[in-house]
Amino acid sequence: MKKTLFLFISASFVCAFTTPVVADEQIELLKQQIEQLKQDYEKRIQALEKGLLAAQQAAKKNEQTLANVQEQAEEAELASDDSQQMMAKNSFNPEISLILDGRYASYQNNPDNYQLPGFSPGDEAGLVPEGFSIGESELTLSSNIDQLFYGKATFSFADDVDGSTSAEVEEAFVQTSALFDGLTIKMGRFFSAIGYLNSQHAHTWDFADAPLIYRALFADQYRDDGLQISYIAPTDLFVQVGAELFSGRQFPSSGSHDGIGSWTTFARIGGDFNNENSWQMGFSHWHASNIDNRETDNINHTATTLYSGDSKINAIDLVYKWAPNTRTDNLKLQFEYFDRDEDGDIALDDFLSGDTGSYHGDQKGWYAQAIYQMNKQWRTGLRYDHLSSHTKGSNYLLLENAGLESHGYKPERYSAMLEWLPSEFSRIRLQYNNDQSYKDSDNQLFLQYTFSMGSHGAHSY
Amino acid sequence: MNTKKILFIVIFSILIAIHTAYAAAKINVFACEPEWAALSKELGGSLVSTFSATNVGQDPHYIQARPGLIAKIRKADLLVCSGAGLETGWLPVLLRKSGNSKVQPGQKGYFMATDTVKLLDKPTVLDRSMGDIHAAGNPHIQLDPRRIKIVAKKLSQRFQQIDPQHSKEYAEKLANFKTRWDQAIKRWNEETRELQGKSIIVHHNSWVYLQQWLKLNKVAELEPKPGVPPSSSHLSALLKQVKKTPVDLIIYSSYQDPKAAAWLSEKTGIKAVAIPSTVNENESLFQWMDHVIQLIKDNSK
Repeated sequence: MKKTLFLFISASFVCAFTTPVVADEQIELLKQQIEQLKQDYEKRIQALEKGLLAAQQAAKKNEQTLANVQEQAEEAELASDDSQQMMAKNSFNPEISLILDGRYASYQNNPDNYQLPGFSPGDEAGLVPEGFSIGESELTLSSNIDQLFYGKATFSFADDVDGSTSAEVEEAFVQTSALFDGLTIKMGRFFSAIGYLNSQHAHTWDFADAPLIYRALFADQYRDDGLQISYIAPTDLFVQVGAELFSGRQFPSSGSHDGIGSWTTFARIGGDFNNENSWQMGFSHWHASNIDNRETDNINHTATTLYSGDSKINAIDLVYKWAPNTRTDNLKLQFEYFDRDEDGDIALDDFLSGDTGSYHGDQKGWYAQAIYQMNKQWRTGLRYDHLSSHTKGSNYLLLENAGLESHGYKPERYSAMLEWLPSEFSRIRLQYNNDQSYKDSDNQLFLQYTFSMGSHGAHSY
Repeated sequence: MNTKKILFIVIFSILIAIHTAYAAAKINVFACEPEWAALSKELGGSLVSTFSATNVGQDPHYIQARPGLIAKIRKADLLVCSGAGLETGWLPVLLRKSGNSKVQPGQKGYFMATDTVKLLDKPTVLDRSMGDIHAAGNPHIQLDPRRIKIVAKKLSQRFQQIDPQHSKEYAEKLANFKTRWDQAIKRWNEETRELQGKSIIVHHNSWVYLQQWLKLNKVAELEPKPGVPPSSSHLSALLKQVKKTPVDLIIYSSYQDPKAAAWLSEKTGIKAVAIPSTVNENESLFQWMDHVIQLIKDNSK
């Protein structure tokens, strides 16, 4: 009994002393376990977080692919169809346009009596027939030929004074479109770059007839077979220089020439004052040194005047345009001045006189015009023409008979026109002229229609 | 003869000098309309210098082929235009006169925005009695920001083709623009939800893309035929029509004559609003579209 008591007591002692030791160990254990747990949880959380992130990323990716798909769908819906593009690009047909032009002309004087004292204009320079007539109807074909060339041909049908209708090749040329920076070469038959109006087709002119100086010098418009080279400088200011070489067979040159019968040089500058006001100025020079028997009508259309010799023309042109923003009206002012110097011999193709004589002529002329477009459908304009000449020659009677002696008379003309433009493709024009080309002042009235069919023409400045 | 030769040499060397002086490093962009100049600025930044042939006050159908424009196109590396016949009255002349081989049709420097997107209003019958219609479809695509995005992508590719040295920069600029533009589209979509289904009368048929995007319902045009100015008979017929079935808004472009719209507005009490159909000078595409949407919202309440 004593033994057990002792044991108990000693055990309690042991316990009393050893219990703290045991507890410490347990705490340590617990701590370790907690730490373990903590780490476990952290790992798990990390794994969870990772999973979550991956899930989120996947979701985002899905969203993005969805967005991409949506975008692709939208693009598929809205982007162009390549096959259709190809179809459009495969249309090789040239652009075709047909201009129908006709008029009714009424004159107070007999148009057969028309003359321009001091100028002896070409055969085709008369007035258009009285009454109804078709003017110049033009058929134009044009197209890019390949990556280098552009081609254009215009055939015109016109009534001659005697009532017969003639068809002719008005223009037929090829032109480089991508030769060298700014350089363009044109060859074939084309309207010369002399002056401002000359290179534009008559149906784009603002009046039913050519300015008097064009009628006097060029029988309305000058063109020939040849070559044109022009260069545009890479400047902010528009600067163009060029030269043309011609066969010299066409009026106001004449005769056959081995090489170059006539040539021109021209320069143009232009620019914008601001986005409403723009301008262009041109200088040009025409030269023919071996004109051989150029034929013109004599003063009373009874014989032919023949001229052989040199001819030089200097010209200045000025154009100003005002096209205000947010409005449909616009204004165009235009001025051209020509001065021709000729030195040679004249003869009358008339067996009665048969004379020849020396001839020196200085012929000048200018016109100024203002065109105001009130709105898309109405335009109106005024024009004034003025010519003067000073001629000398060895045979006064010959000059007189040829119509080259003006006796100081200065031809003048006042014109006014009103246009109605139902659309971009049609135009009805009423024009009145007070024509003082010769001493009997004439009142002239034109009613002209111009319609364009086919490809939408672009207008030059 | 000797003086002539000297003169020729002098002129020639001056031209060469001018030529080299103007051969600048930046890509010269000739934009036919201001929106394409603005887009080029977004996508090209300081790598390009832009010029717009027209401004917000001009009708791009009717532009004079001015010498100043020929000079500009002469120096261009890239032409960015609407195409689809919008510039047919003046651009071909400029191109032919410029003698610039880089920007001729088919070249890298010839970019027509309408070539990149699907066009609406493709006529099934081509006849001029229908007015000045565009055979390729309606060219006024700039009013649909979704189409602008497609144009941007293709235009950026074109920049990279022309100026491959900087292709990385162009790609970055495109990505940047796309992010901002997408956000903007989202915002515009929310802002214009209330406009869906509203019916409008337009002056010229140049708003089809805006109509499609905002789901507006066009009931009539003030022009009796495209390109033909409003006539009194057409307007009185419209007046009758509007009195029968009401319309929410009359829209015309700020370059168009406001008379017809004002007349109809006065007779019917429907608001008529002039909307700039392109960006103003120094305005970004974002600011312009904000402005357009604000104008429509404010006036159709």
